[in-house]
Amino acid sequence: MSAPTIAGPPAPETQQRRVLTTKPSAQDITFVAASRSAAVSTLIIMGLIGVFLAIGAWPALKQQGFGFITESKWLPEAGTFGIASLLWGTFLIGLFALCVAVPIGFGAALFISEYAPRSLKKPLVTLVDLMAAVPSIIYALWGLFFLQGHLLEVARWISVHFGSFLPFFRVDVPDSPSSFTSSAFIAGIATGVVVLPTVTSIMREVFAQAPIGEREGAIALGATRWGMIRTVVIPFGRSGIVGGVMLGLGRALGETIVVYTIISPMFEFTTHPLQSGTNTIASHIAARYSESGGIALAGLLGAGLVLFLFTLVINTLAGVVVSRSRSGAATEI
Amino acid sequence: MSIDTLATDQTTHLPVASAPVPAALVAERVSAWFGDHQVLSEVDLVMAAGKVTALIGPSGCGKSTFLRILNRMHELVPGASLAGQVLLDGQDIYDPALRPIESRRRIGMVFQKANPFPTMSIYDNVLSGLALTGRKGRRATSEHDELVERSLRRAGLWDEVKTRLGTPGASLSGGQQQRLCIARALAVQPDVLLMDEPCSALDPTSTRRVEETIREVAGEVTVVIVTHNMQQAHRVSDHCAFFLAAEGQPGHIVEQGPTEAIFERPQDQRTNDYVNGRFG
Repeated sequence: MSAPTIAGPPAPETQQRRVLTTKPSAQDITFVAASRSAAVSTLIIMGLIGVFLAIGAWPALKQQGFGFITESKWLPEAGTFGIASLLWGTFLIGLFALCVAVPIGFGAALFISEYAPRSLKKPLVTLVDLMAAVPSIIYALWGLFFLQGHLLEVARWISVHFGSFLPFFRVDVPDSPSSFTSSAFIAGIATGVVVLPTVTSIMREVFAQAPIGEREGAIALGATRWGMIRTVVIPFGRSGIVGGVMLGLGRALGETIVVYTIISPMFEFTTHPLQSGTNTIASHIAARYSESGGIALAGLLGAGLVLFLFTLVINTLAGVVVSRSRSGAATEI
Repeated sequence: MSIDTLATDQTTHLPVASAPVPAALVAERVSAWFGDHQVLSEVDLVMAAGKVTALIGPSGCGKSTFLRILNRMHELVPGASLAGQVLLDGQDIYDPALRPIESRRRIGMVFQKANPFPTMSIYDNVLSGLALTGRKGRRATSEHDELVERSLRRAGLWDEVKTRLGTPGASLSGGQQQRLCIARALAVQPDVLLMDEPCSALDPTSTRRVEETIREVAGEVTVVIVTHNMQQAHRVSDHCAFFLAAEGQPGHIVEQGPTEAIFERPQDQRTNDYVNGRFG
């Protein structure tokens, strides 16, 4: 065995650095080109939709100016139309939808990821995914023929008991069922059922990723299961909760057929969401596109552009919130 | 450095009822299964009060499973089951009348991979055991401050973190995180502290600190430590149990006794080979 050698201090940098090359194979080049063009084409399609909407909407936006956002009436023949009441209705329905989807989705996600026995977990996950895959026309039918009738009484009860001191819950003719049937409240709750699986599945996915080490750490300290969830799972999944809420909101704002089926359209600011009559951007477009031409159609495209931008922003924010956190790094939304 | 501070720090104004008296932990005919696969067979072991017991043996011999049985963590694994009993101060921790959380509150655990609550401050991490068991109370008190300082001193971490107790647990280095976990486990004043290869991911300096801590708390707490490091077992433990599993034979204790005897005069040839590094 030779004696160990002792190295002197490193010399100042005189060594030539090597240039490292990796020459891709023909297959790699082909595959990269194919997948890159696929990826780019989705961006292009997205951009084209935006450009198409903007161009189509331009005459209406030019004519109405800022009034397009602030005007409530929709009278293209008379030359005044705007989406103010539509925006408000969209917001109200989104709000009611979240009131249903967030608490139930949160609870369901926690149950599936934390409490459900193993034999139940898989079927529940599949069921939630299936719920998300059901076309919303089915929810619309169910909402129209089942939910509407049952929610009537709920709406009436809220109106009678809270309407006297909270004007928000008041309706004009509380004795007539038709005062309640086509309200933002009922449409919002039906929409909430539509977005519920989305919210549930985002939250569940994040909760399930809470590190086993931290979970065991809490349990070994004598925590109850709920204590462990409060200390480890929920803080870890906070961004997933926010992301799930925003993604649900994004879907709720764009929900068309459920709202269209339930509401009776109205072009006013309603401060009485329990009362029949409201409208949303999506439902309005669906209701009017076939009978519109010229400036009216441009107006609908303008409404579509606003909805497009809204959902784009909300979904992007949701994506950023989820991926920024340590829990969401591996989550796809 | 923490030895002398510990010696002078004997005040106890804790939210816990009384100062801990170390309790003996006795395993009687403990067997364990994952599904149909038996991993432990009829292990009998007395872990004497206030002493350090080391569990040694090659990987897959069931010593970590055995350790997790001692504070009812084993049953968290889906499909896990067990037989036999574990007596803490004469009471079976698997008594149906006793909730698992009661046992875990008296039998703390430090894991192989440091697992502080990463977004929680160092201060809150130390108190998290109290908070999780509803013993913390709503408001910050000077007693909390004392408890945090004492626990961090006992874990040999105080001097490194005393100026930044508000920073998140994740901001510490790996070795510091592990000592934070030890402080967290000690803060609830357990009767027993279980350690599952606590130093396997630590550098030699951090390892030495943790070993000092183990020696310091022994006497007040019954320590059971799983280690792959023979020198460590030799240095820190009073008693040693050598586990072994073979093809078709679930893990069992081959030999147990005072550490000196196990290392100097092992009775079984396999123990002799293992402690001298000839296999495993």
